[in-house]
Amino acid sequence: MSILEITKPVPESAKRADHRTAGKRGGRNRDHPYWFLIPALVVLFVFFFLPTLYNFIYAFTDWSSFKSAINFVGLSNFSELLTNGSLLEDLRITLEYAIMVAFFQNLFGLLLALLLERDTRINRFARAAFFVPVVMSALAVGYIFQAMLKPEGVINGILGFLTGQHVTIAWLGSTTWTIVVVAVIHAWKWMGLSMLIYLAGLKTINEDLVEASRIDGANRWRTFWSIRWPLLAPAITFNVATALLGSMNGFDIVQATTAGGPGGTTELLNIFIFRTFGQGLFAQATTMSLMLFLMVAILAFPVIRFLRKREEVL
Amino acid sequence: MTSATASRRRRRVSLQPFAAVAVTILLLGIPFAVVLLTASKNQAEALNPNLSLPTHWQLLQNFSTVLNEGRMVPAFFGSLLIMVPSVILVLVLGAMASWILARRKSRVVAFLYALGISGIVLPPAVVTIVLLLRQLGLAGTAIGMISVYTGMYLSTVIFFVTGFIRTIPPELEEAARMDGASPVGVFVRIILPLLSPTLATATILICLYIWNDVFYALFVIGGRLDTLPLNLYQVASSGLYLQNWHLIFAYIILMSLPLLITFVVLQRKIISGITSGAVK
Repeated sequence: MSILEITKPVPESAKRADHRTAGKRGGRNRDHPYWFLIPALVVLFVFFFLPTLYNFIYAFTDWSSFKSAINFVGLSNFSELLTNGSLLEDLRITLEYAIMVAFFQNLFGLLLALLLERDTRINRFARAAFFVPVVMSALAVGYIFQAMLKPEGVINGILGFLTGQHVTIAWLGSTTWTIVVVAVIHAWKWMGLSMLIYLAGLKTINEDLVEASRIDGANRWRTFWSIRWPLLAPAITFNVATALLGSMNGFDIVQATTAGGPGGTTELLNIFIFRTFGQGLFAQATTMSLMLFLMVAILAFPVIRFLRKREEVL
Repeated sequence: MTSATASRRRRRVSLQPFAAVAVTILLLGIPFAVVLLTASKNQAEALNPNLSLPTHWQLLQNFSTVLNEGRMVPAFFGSLLIMVPSVILVLVLGAMASWILARRKSRVVAFLYALGISGIVLPPAVVTIVLLLRQLGLAGTAIGMISVYTGMYLSTVIFFVTGFIRTIPPELEEAARMDGASPVGVFVRIILPLLSPTLATATILICLYIWNDVFYALFVIGGRLDTLPLNLYQVASSGLYLQNWHLIFAYIILMSLPLLITFVVLQRKIISGITSGAVK
């Protein structure tokens, strides 16, 4: 913190002047040698970019655990996954899941932030408590909810107690609604993080603005939508982008609750990749991994640009 | 009019604590109570996890069953063996690279920076990583897993640290250079100490990711080396513990404790560290 405060007063002109003199001297290059970059670049290249390049090669082969030779087979992996329907189906499921997670996680996070905004002892405790699921393993969260959502589980028990009837909803057995339930669990695990980001965003809003709108006669609802909501844009950008990216890459919670079922209706790309990899169909798993890469690469940048633009409008 | 608004506001404020407590109990209290109560029961009572109290509390006994009969202790050390070197490597390599990326200005550097942070967004190629590790002779080894994690999380560190170094005035480095310090000397004596708050935040984030990761571990070291989440996955999906919710939940409690304790102790720092980068 103190460092940040020290740096602020350094005038822009002084910094620029320093750059110019340094450039003239040519001493900068020796002061910041390129070899400092090499170890990181080597690790990044070998263990991150090289496997990604491999994706573009091995998706077009018949690499599997059943034979030692690997041959090029053209587009046959793609056509096979297209004809059996899993390619488009899993892409659709992953996208729907990501959008639902982003929606629920931000809704819960924002509501919690607004509820726990004031700095009281209870609120401080509650904020810390809502961060506990963030710290826990997603796999563990999945198992906890798997147990609670059984037809004879706690959730149905509570609903039965409240309604006075015997409730036996198969939360994890619906081909239509289970994906929504799993997305809500995912949002439950991460809502504490979104809450924190929204709380930080709310804190940056000038109290005078809110006060001014109150004096002008705006009620709380109006004040929120016309003053605070637009000013939360940076927090929304961060939260929506991280929730979308995180859930497109989702695996643990779905694997622990449904493992892709019922009837493959919660089969995210990563679930498919893990399952086919386990069956020894490495080339098919690689093909799906490439599809995930392309989907994220194609969607991520426009989404971030769109959200950033919303900020600039202000 | 003013007294009316004031009293309305006061009434609304006085409801807030009850709402906060109710929401916390509903959303967190119930799941956590189920975990704690079920982990304290015997097998028969835990068959269907619910909110009823155990007739005989045996939480500690279940803990010792999990510790002695499962492979939790080796899995704990497996997790540490992989997490500690990964975090050290990713911080050191990331900080070194970030210093150059923040201080030098050219097209090449801008390109390398974009490449360096692209891993924040792009998903790792998890299948072909296995093939690559086989070719390198690192398949199923701790070194292979550490290298994969380092490659995956370097982007996060480069992003955080480069941004921070840009806020450090170059004059601080100049002063040390006047005294004859080499680049390594400047980096170690001037830059690294200033980076410690940022590196602390990055450490916490990356520990969280690696300690809880099961997806990448399943591909790279599954079946060869145990970590806590891998072990939990095997335990919960194999016949051994099937439907033995008291043991699964006891496992989950024990496994979450290290990070939970860290979080409780460092709460303020963690929260301010995570939020400072997000909202600008």
